[in-house]
Amino acid sequence: MNILYDMFSLALMMATPILIAGLGGLFSERSGVVNIALEGMMQVGAFACAGLVFVLEPHFAPGSPMPIAFGLVLGAICGLVLSIIHAYACIHLKADHTISGTAVNLLATGVSLYACQIIFDQQRTPAFTKAISKVSVPILKDIPVIGDLFFDNVYPTFYLGIIIMILTWFIVFKTPFGLRLRSCGEFPQASASMGINVIKMRYIAVLTSGFLAGLAGGVMVMSQNTQFTAAAIHGYGFIAIAALIFGKWNPFGLLGASIFFGFAQTLGLYVKDISFLAVFPPEFFNALPYALTIIALIVFSGKYNGPKAAGEIYDAGKR
Amino acid sequence: MKKLMKMAVVAAMVLSGLAGCSSNSEPEVNECPIKIGLVTDTGGIDDKSFNQGTWEGILAYAEENNLPSTCYSYLQSTSDADYVPFLSQMGDDGMDIIIAPGFLFIDSLNEVAPNYPDTAFVIVDDVVEQPNVVSALFNAQEPSYLVGVAAAMKAKAAGATKVGYVGGMEFDTIKAFEAGYREGVASVDPTIEVLYDYVGDFVSADLGKALAQKQFNEGAYVIYQVAGAAGNGVIAEAKERREKGEDVWAIGVDKDQHTDGLLTDGSSAVLTSALKHAGAAAKECIELEAAGKFPGGTSLVATLATGGVGYTTTNTEAMTADIVAACEDAAAKIKNGEIVVGTVPNR
Repeated sequence: MNILYDMFSLALMMATPILIAGLGGLFSERSGVVNIALEGMMQVGAFACAGLVFVLEPHFAPGSPMPIAFGLVLGAICGLVLSIIHAYACIHLKADHTISGTAVNLLATGVSLYACQIIFDQQRTPAFTKAISKVSVPILKDIPVIGDLFFDNVYPTFYLGIIIMILTWFIVFKTPFGLRLRSCGEFPQASASMGINVIKMRYIAVLTSGFLAGLAGGVMVMSQNTQFTAAAIHGYGFIAIAALIFGKWNPFGLLGASIFFGFAQTLGLYVKDISFLAVFPPEFFNALPYALTIIALIVFSGKYNGPKAAGEIYDAGKR
Repeated sequence: MKKLMKMAVVAAMVLSGLAGCSSNSEPEVNECPIKIGLVTDTGGIDDKSFNQGTWEGILAYAEENNLPSTCYSYLQSTSDADYVPFLSQMGDDGMDIIIAPGFLFIDSLNEVAPNYPDTAFVIVDDVVEQPNVVSALFNAQEPSYLVGVAAAMKAKAAGATKVGYVGGMEFDTIKAFEAGYREGVASVDPTIEVLYDYVGDFVSADLGKALAQKQFNEGAYVIYQVAGAAGNGVIAEAKERREKGEDVWAIGVDKDQHTDGLLTDGSSAVLTSALKHAGAAAKECIELEAAGKFPGGTSLVATLATGGVGYTTTNTEAMTADIVAACEDAAAKIKNGEIVVGTVPNR
């Protein structure tokens, strides 16, 4: 049982950046703009966060959490700034969302490495000393099973992700604003006929997704790494998109998909020690999370296949 | 006004053209006893790893032999597409020896080297089979043995019975690290158990961190990481635990990773690092070329005896005198052949 709790704690560590970036993707896609640039926005967020933490650390008392807080905020802002490019290209210039997203991803890698080179004279940020570390929540951790799973040895960023998830659910599904946002992703011309400013709604949604993806990048580098490198994000932005689809563009589904992915990945690490599974070659388990994701996508594919207008270029005159 | 601008532009162009001519006419090409070129991979000249190490080796040779600074230079690749043109450019410039650090150059060297049969090429840390290419390799098992000794002594002093190893991908070059580490640990105390895991790639810091967490939870006292960027996760986990007052360590690889492990109190979670000195290997190749003895088509293996590999004692707090003495003793025995370190892990 202890091994299972250890595995779950790791699964949550991996799930957190997927969840936060995926929520960003949810805003964007629900408004009708496909955002495959989550990866790039995470990368820029991770670089800005790790860089600022390194720069600020000497100016605060050793061990102070303030540099991390500032770093996460700057990471989120940098993700937002990058998302302006994607928003402008997709909404104003009516570019294909996938092509714009790909371009932003390429740009993000280049920009973050170039900035590292200029600021730190090397292709990575120097190592920061204080990272985000695991916490145990008093009282709550003593609840049987639930306490061990969710409140013992968990990164505080996981709770941040849960708070953002609940906020997202409330805003997107329980407020008039959310209804309008979702309508823009289903049938924007109808929304426009009811007086909704589709362009404004989509801008808000894409910038929010950039903010959250940048934050996710910061969370990822601060809880899993010692510094920002070109490999710091290694595909998590794309996994977030897969989790979003798997979770049916729903915040709770996304949470489940993120934890599922994290757990599948952790299982691959522990499987060597489980005798009846150890007969398979290790490559099998390295591929497992991806294979399971594809299988789950097929098995759980149901009626709702995402916002109807997502990826479609908005043409106000189309009937 | 426009006319004036135009004239200024034309004048500038003419002047710069003249300047170009005048520098070309200076005869300095023949003053070099040897011309050395370096093409970096995308990591850049200051990567604190092979590129930088190789360049430092070239500088050390230049200083020892009073080589004018016009006789050696480097080109920095910004993408994989630069390798072939940059290597060719070095060849066209009449370099005597061109060094390419790292396995990324395998394909480009195979393409370029046959075009310049009179030029000597060196690939660092991998094998290219061409008659004018020397493959500079490292006996990674030897420094791994030494950090294994350090790990086991540190664990024994703390009363721990397990140490860990996290590799990148399970192929022969990486397994050699594990083999040396295991033998080093066993030489101190054969009852110490070595936990081992492989990440499956060299980039996933999250998986590296997860494996470190797993091994520490199973009782590992120190973990040796040979996993590139994924190994950052191992160091991150050791840092997190030390920061919380737990007594555990990480061991770095290839370069001195002391600063990667720095904690808020100024100490480091990195006990020691197993080193590959790309510079020593590069310098040796240049010396051979200068002496007309360039062993093209063969491999030069850097060992403890040649000074091409080693370990660090930067963490003076943790690497106590008795540990360093034991490592030095083992190093001496490896150098004189008393200990021969294997390359296949004895699990």
